[in-house]
Amino acid sequence: MTASDQAQQPVLRLSNITKRFGALCANDDVSFSLGRGEVIALLGENGAGKTTLMNILFGQYSADAGEVEVFGQRLAPGNPRAALDAGVGMVHQHFTLAGNLTVWENIVLGTQALTAPRLRARAAKARIADLSKRFHLAVDPDAKVGQLSVGERQRVEILKALYRDARILILDEPTAVLTPQESDALFATLREAIGLGLSVVFISHKLHEVMAISHRVLVLRHGRLVAERATADTSHEELAALMVGGAVSSPKIAPMPPGPALMRLSRVSSKGEGHAPGLQSVTLTLHGGQITGLAGVSGNGQGALSDLISGLAMPSSGQLEIAGEAITDWSPRRALARRIGRIPEDRHHTGTIADFDLTENAVLETYASDFARHGWLDWAAARAHAEALIQTYDVRCPGPDTAIRLLSGGNMQKLILGRVLETRPRIILANQPVRGLDIGALNYVHTRLAEAREQGAAVLLISEDLDEIMTLSDVIHVISQGRLSPAFARGTMAPEALGRWMAGDGFAEVAHAS
Amino acid sequence: MDLIDILTSAAFWAAAIRIASPLIFATLGELICERAGVLNLGIEGIMVAGAFAGWIAVWAGLPLWGGVAVAFAAGMAFGLLHATLSVPFGLSQHVVGIGVTLLATSLTFYTYRVVLPEVSSPPKITAFQPFEVPILSQIPLLGPAFFAQTPLTYAAFLLVIVVALVLYRTPLGLAVRAAGENPQAVAAQGLSVTAIRMGAVIVGSGFMAVGGAFLTLSAFDSFFFDMVNGRGWICIALVVFGAWKPGKALLGAVLFAAFDALQIRLQQTPIGAVVPYQLFLMMPYILSILALVVMSRRAEVPAALMVTFNKGER
Repeated sequence: MTASDQAQQPVLRLSNITKRFGALCANDDVSFSLGRGEVIALLGENGAGKTTLMNILFGQYSADAGEVEVFGQRLAPGNPRAALDAGVGMVHQHFTLAGNLTVWENIVLGTQALTAPRLRARAAKARIADLSKRFHLAVDPDAKVGQLSVGERQRVEILKALYRDARILILDEPTAVLTPQESDALFATLREAIGLGLSVVFISHKLHEVMAISHRVLVLRHGRLVAERATADTSHEELAALMVGGAVSSPKIAPMPPGPALMRLSRVSSKGEGHAPGLQSVTLTLHGGQITGLAGVSGNGQGALSDLISGLAMPSSGQLEIAGEAITDWSPRRALARRIGRIPEDRHHTGTIADFDLTENAVLETYASDFARHGWLDWAAARAHAEALIQTYDVRCPGPDTAIRLLSGGNMQKLILGRVLETRPRIILANQPVRGLDIGALNYVHTRLAEAREQGAAVLLISEDLDEIMTLSDVIHVISQGRLSPAFARGTMAPEALGRWMAGDGFAEVAHAS
Repeated sequence: MDLIDILTSAAFWAAAIRIASPLIFATLGELICERAGVLNLGIEGIMVAGAFAGWIAVWAGLPLWGGVAVAFAAGMAFGLLHATLSVPFGLSQHVVGIGVTLLATSLTFYTYRVVLPEVSSPPKITAFQPFEVPILSQIPLLGPAFFAQTPLTYAAFLLVIVVALVLYRTPLGLAVRAAGENPQAVAAQGLSVTAIRMGAVIVGSGFMAVGGAFLTLSAFDSFFFDMVNGRGWICIALVVFGAWKPGKALLGAVLFAAFDALQIRLQQTPIGAVVPYQLFLMMPYILSILALVVMSRRAEVPAALMVTFNKGER
């Protein structure tokens, strides 16, 4: 039986779903059905309405119009309980786990009536062990979720759905936070699940994954279902074009000789914040005219390195040199004075002040030096600067007086990018610069970073996305547990080899050799 | 009398346990609220209201346990007010809490004057009497210290065990703990975060009121306006000290009470003649702050404490 035959007995049918948030139409008359054992990929840019659609299916939002049928039964809207009972399990993009609870506690949460006199811990753990084995989802049921890696947390999320006998799994951007090996393991689990008759809706904007795992692809754009293709009959290029509504081009990184060493870390160690690892004797040189890619699973010392470069932390040992000069006194202000531009990892919390308007956010780093006269802020100049950034960097917004929290992630990031680039930085720290951005905004940010490289800036690109690292970087390092791998020149390493470094292999040999 | 004599006397520990009892009730109440994600600063006022409600009910003719029940109900009523404003309406928990404290305190004062317009000193009731537990109270030192207390003190210690069991061994407790850590996790399992949080605040407030009622029904036999005297605020600190765990919170309450009992006794020693008594009064608070600094370093705060949850928000 082929996938299309199976699709003829739908386990799930969405009919004419429409959902508005104010003036924004997040889902516009969307209909599709899912067959038994079928994997549908829901493809679309950020803001295309994928997550909203799945949240309606799962009952977290109520649709303004349309209905959902599961196994032929109409699902009561706006009630996750109904969806769960009908056999729908959802793995959210932002995990819905409680960090202070153990794995088994998270899994059994909500599976027993609240009036039940006691938790059935032993039975639950046995069932979890059985499911873990069957679906190759290794995880210790007694571990605190807060101490698990992102990959392990995702396994807990999947186990949660399986524990409740989910027949339909919805996975929202499941691979966004995984290493290539972890993604492969996830796909193996999904294939196992399909083999047992489960059906999957797989939300993604990574085309190669969509091609690898799905039977059918649905493309959402601006809330509308614009195309449906059998995966076998489509291509990467076609899907990319369908997703953005036109051809896409990513920046070309032409070879060029490395410039002078602008920043040098010699055997630098530093403390991490909280449970996050610090740096362990890291040696790293950033050259002008180069993009240095830092690959690694998040939480392996990227934060410590980025704090160090942006002036938020001092090395506890080792030396930091900028343009050949040893740095002894270090702070964010001094980092700015040394012309280090910073695109922080968390654009909502460290990159911007949510309730400040665009003008205020545009001058956050330079208000004292460039936008003050005799100690008074020069609002006219600041506003003009913000307007120039909006113009130059294509920030789509009502105007410079808008609170920045009302902007989409992509537009927020463009403003930050403009704020950084307009200071003509010599060193650019780009920490996860395109996380959560759609292809249009992503290419824009990448192109601008590539331009900065051509103009001689040293760019440190920190990302969890290997594709991004491999496309843009002249030189790649891998970080794992606060240790830095040797530098790998562009094109010399396969993703799998980098993945092994990301998993922590290879460092031991280096330690022995040195 | 020197320090060692004080610390080895049964009377000292009996006093410490007695002083700890209202703190235990109220700390458990606060702990339940905070575990569900709601900071309840109404605690001080709710304790005043509980102290009054329990006492006036007994004065009006109810049995002592009836007074406890009335106090519990009064606490739940203020808890319902707090929960309604802070959970579904999502108002600032600080503002709501302080508002509830002010309202409960003033309403108590008002009711007192309405019920007893003429009296100059509040009437006395017959309070809970110490109950000596057979056999156990005969153990030297420990017996008179722990097993010759009033029934309400035994109830306080029992409640620690009950709350711990409910929190850690029942589906309800699991939901409460999850609601204070990540309400999204609760909602994603089809449970109502609003109901769980409101329930926790209402029940927790009831326990706070019983803590207040301990003062009028067990520690003393009458009601005075300043009798709660900041105990509610101490309980907020004790929850932090106890790292949001019932057993540790109990330890904190007893420790604080021991310091309090100790300072009263130290005032009567030769040092007390030289050192101003205000310094002794400060002692338990200073020591609690120090203990707090040491103990709360590694404590895991419920991650969603004071984070309002709105269903369907994007």
